[in-house]
Amino acid sequence: MKPTDISAPGYFHKVVDCQWACPAHTPVPEYIRLIAAGRYGDAYMINWKSNVFPGILGRTCDRPCEPACRRVRVEEEPVAICRLKRVAADYKDDVKGRMPQPSPTKNGKRIALVGAGPASLTVARDLAPLGYDCVVFDGDKHAGGMMRTQIPKFRLPDSVIDEETNYVLDLGVEFRGGTRIDSMKALLAEDYDAIVVGSGAPRGRDLDIPGRKEAAANIHIGIDWLSSVSFDHIHTIGKRVIVLGGGNTAMDCCRSARRLGGEDVKVVVRSGFDEMKASPWEKEDAAREGIPIHNFLVPKEFLHDGGKLTGVVFEKVKAEYDAKGRRKLVPAGEPDVTFACDDVLVAVGQENAFPWIERDAGIDFDEWGMPKVDKVTFQSSHPKVFFGGDAAFGPKNIIWAVAHGHEVAVSIDKMLHGENIADRPLPAVQVVNQKMGIHEWSYKNEVMPDERYAVPHRDNASALSSIKAEVELGFDPNLALAEAGRCLNCDVETVFSAPLCIECDACVDVCPMDCITFTDNGEEDDLRQRLRAPALNLTQDIYVADGLKTGRIMAKDEDVCLHCGLCAERCPTGAWDMNKFFLEVTHAGPACR
Amino acid sequence: MTYLAKPKFHHPSLPKNAIGFTRRDYEASTSTLCAGCGHDSISAAIIEAAFELSIEPHRVAKISGIGCSSKTPDYFLGASHGFNSVHGRMPSVLTGANLANRDLIYLGVSGDGDSASIGFGQFAHALRRGVNMVYIVENNGVYGLTKGQFSATADRGSKSKKGVFNTDNSIDLVSIALQLGATFVARSFSGDKSQLVPLIKAAIQHRGAAFIDVISPCIAFNNHAGSTKSLEYVRAHNEAVNALDVMIGRDPITVNYAPGKVVSVTQHDGTVLNLRKINDEYDPGDRLAAMNFLQKHAALGQIVTGLLYVDSEADDLHSNFNTVSTPLNQLDTAALCPGSVTLETINDSLR
Ligand SMILES: Cc1cc2nc3c(=O)[nH]c(=O)nc-3n(C[C@H](O)[C@H](O)[C@H](O)COP(=O)(O)OP(=O)(O)OC[C@H]3O[C@@H](n4cnc5c(N)ncnc54)[C@H](O)[C@@H]3O)c2cc1C
Ligand SMILES: Cc1ncc(C[n+]2csc(CCOP(=O)(O)OP(=O)(O)O)c2C)c(N)n1
Ligand code: SF4
Ligand code: SF4
Ligand code: SF4
Ligand SMILES: [Mg+2]
Repeated sequence: MKPTDISAPGYFHKVVDCQWACPAHTPVPEYIRLIAAGRYGDAYMINWKSNVFPGILGRTCDRPCEPACRRVRVEEEPVAICRLKRVAADYKDDVKGRMPQPSPTKNGKRIALVGAGPASLTVARDLAPLGYDCVVFDGDKHAGGMMRTQIPKFRLPDSVIDEETNYVLDLGVEFRGGTRIDSMKALLAEDYDAIVVGSGAPRGRDLDIPGRKEAAANIHIGIDWLSSVSFDHIHTIGKRVIVLGGGNTAMDCCRSARRLGGEDVKVVVRSGFDEMKASPWEKEDAAREGIPIHNFLVPKEFLHDGGKLTGVVFEKVKAEYDAKGRRKLVPAGEPDVTFACDDVLVAVGQENAFPWIERDAGIDFDEWGMPKVDKVTFQSSHPKVFFGGDAAFGPKNIIWAVAHGHEVAVSIDKMLHGENIADRPLPAVQVVNQKMGIHEWSYKNEVMPDERYAVPHRDNASALSSIKAEVELGFDPNLALAEAGRCLNCDVETVFSAPLCIECDACVDVCPMDCITFTDNGEEDDLRQRLRAPALNLTQDIYVADGLKTGRIMAKDEDVCLHCGLCAERCPTGAWDMNKFFLEVTHAGPACR
Repeated sequence: MTYLAKPKFHHPSLPKNAIGFTRRDYEASTSTLCAGCGHDSISAAIIEAAFELSIEPHRVAKISGIGCSSKTPDYFLGASHGFNSVHGRMPSVLTGANLANRDLIYLGVSGDGDSASIGFGQFAHALRRGVNMVYIVENNGVYGLTKGQFSATADRGSKSKKGVFNTDNSIDLVSIALQLGATFVARSFSGDKSQLVPLIKAAIQHRGAAFIDVISPCIAFNNHAGSTKSLEYVRAHNEAVNALDVMIGRDPITVNYAPGKVVSVTQHDGTVLNLRKINDEYDPGDRLAAMNFLQKHAALGQIVTGLLYVDSEADDLHSNFNTVSTPLNQLDTAALCPGSVTLETINDSLR
């Protein structure tokens, strides 16, 4: 293998598993250490810079970082990265003074943003302080998009949304709530320098099976129903409720129904339990509230009597796998199942819809009605029009919308400075030694088995009695400290210097994870097998250094390194050193140009 | 060195041996030796060997004298018996323990100061008596613990850290062990575990006095230019005569070395030692030739390593003394103390 170029920003970035997995590349271990130090405000600001909505995301993020967390590979449960983010938001002091100020001078460029969801708000947050005139339009009165209209209040209180959307709007962003844009052409005619489409994926899929029309009064499209609940238009539902679908929307529907009078609420899903789109913790939350999930049942017919829904008939299916391992649901050949009910919530998917964009406005759409959007620049076929969030590539989640928003802002900033937007800026990285004394590091390197701490919940009875009472209470500072201690500081990197190494083997012997091997060089496949512990996780790199006196190489498998620094403590010559790697994505502004 | 205990975490694919232990289960408390000490590598090699042999920890007695080397039994096989004795007195304590309980595996750990100076007599007598043990000298050419004075194994002409040349002749423990009749004699290097681990395994399997001289650079006091016991010097002058493969039990043996290049030696317990020859003229079955070879190569400034001599038919002290086959702690009072009448009879027979 070739020696590893550890100065390439991507190399150590990949070692910080959580940050690598986070779409916005939030410097997770850095903020976790700040939480452990009780510096909640600093932890908040690191988050705010990266992901704009720490308080919101600390409650609702899809948390792609957690399955990626190193702790999963060495213990089992990841660090509660997401809920620690909430800790920063909950316990910070007033951070208003730390926010950027509205730009005193404008740069004369006007940006229109359609939709006030996380994608548009991120673009506005990045561009407004640079002097751009940002105008955000939303058909709804308040900013937040689906964070406000879809996510139930018992998961995400309005106060948190208000606070964090205001941090953005207070940057001198003009918000025109209650203003739906009906024509892209008309908007284009207003001569904005750039237009951002952050209008989301607002249409819920329907279910066209017999009885749908006749029983329509008691059959509701999940996301429409949820927004009506949010807007206080709906306050009750029948006692017996069936929720169709297995995703996040289904989970929010069933839990909301339990709070609005549903006593016998069940979720019915076509697929098996493990294949459901909902996250494991959402399924746990539903189970905790006494909501059963029935799997492998495909809705066949709505039963009704005199215009009133009485039940749903399901066909039983089973999963079959073809030669390529693809799953197909086929009839199980068992009798149909009928559940009686008073109301049905249909949560079987969400779609994009752009009724307000004329097809001859200069924006190309594909055969599925999706705009043609560049995956890197987020530019549409109209050079002034950019898409971000769910509007760009279909429904995803908040953190992806934020990540898109940053990229859109970079594109616009570069474009309006006459630059090629396809040239993307590199992230800013810093690598700093962490040694403070002979056995003293700037971080806590004593690593121990320590299982994940559970977030306290409101008791079921009081939680279910209100649609607004927040269920999760968040970690208290002591629990937060304990949970923060589980983080392995994957950003404190082992850095090897071959000229210093005397090949004494001390690091090899002390490494608890058998990460380090001195051996003859070879091709990667062969080398991976010959390490002290075979390096079978191909998603993790091997750090190779040459230039040793014996002609061997040092090969370190990054996979399960604990970042405990014992190698560096044991090395007699300082050939191993622990360096903190700090990476920040380059956002719009002079650094990106 | 580090003050932190090694985390309990281990690699997910860490294998278990025949009795269900991982290598990590043979570790002990955190070493307090200097970072990079050769002795720590030897501890790691002992751990590896015990793991690979699936040794039950409670069947091992680690006995040592005084010195950095003699401290190391605290850093391996934490669940085994141990006795940290007096300076140079490991061999007599070990001999006594062995006589009392012949069933244990005796691991004598000593240093060059401990064995070649104050304990030189003890070293000699334990070997010549054929005590069934593994006697390891962690040889760094200095008194590490007392801050680096030359020991008796320091080569004449070797330079101290302060720049003083050693004017005394050195004691070569391997040559003396051969001369005194040790039945398993090897030399190795802390920096080469692929050589050392099989040697320790073979020595454990050997019945009789097994001696291993392990050159073990002292990182703090004897790893500079001019020292003949530095990592770099030993690497440059190492002359391995053979490479060892230990085949445990009676598994079918498949050796894939070039024919004629492998000598197989079957030890009394059925363990087969496959010795791949590196030096063609070397025969580890010939004590006299071995002694000659060592002297010749030492004169050339080479450090000969490998399995230098093995007598697979060796006897040990117990068979020489015709002692009872049961450990003393398993005999009852009547057997241990047959009473005054029996004593009288014995005394009478000697009058
Ligand atoms: C029930 C449900 C629960 C969810 N839970 C989570 C969760 O827990 N965690 C998570 O990360 N994600 C969750 N999501 C997904 C998440 O809400 C979205 O991915 C995210 O909000 C998308 O952001 P966005 O900026 O693209 O647009 P959106 O948040 O969808 O906002 C789009 C905004 O544009 C406005 N708009 C649309 N068209 C126009 C127009 N023509 N003129 C003016 N305004 C317009 C809309 O009113 C809306 O306010 C959930 C989604 C649903 C449906
Ligand atoms: C009776 C006695 N004399 C002297 C000493 C001082 N002393 C302690 S360790 C040591 C030498 C140890 O050298 P060595 O066996 O080579 O061990 P190393 O520290 O080099 O591993 C000496 C002389 C002692 N502890 N006891
Ligand atoms: S242990 Fe900490 S730094 Fe490492 S992946 Fe998990 S949260 Fe990130
Ligand atoms: S930091 Fe060093 S000693 Fe600790 S696990 Fe990683 S490589 Fe091993
Ligand atoms: S401990 Fe240091 S000097 Fe020794 S082998 Fe490791 S890196 Fe090299
Ligand atoms: Mg010594």
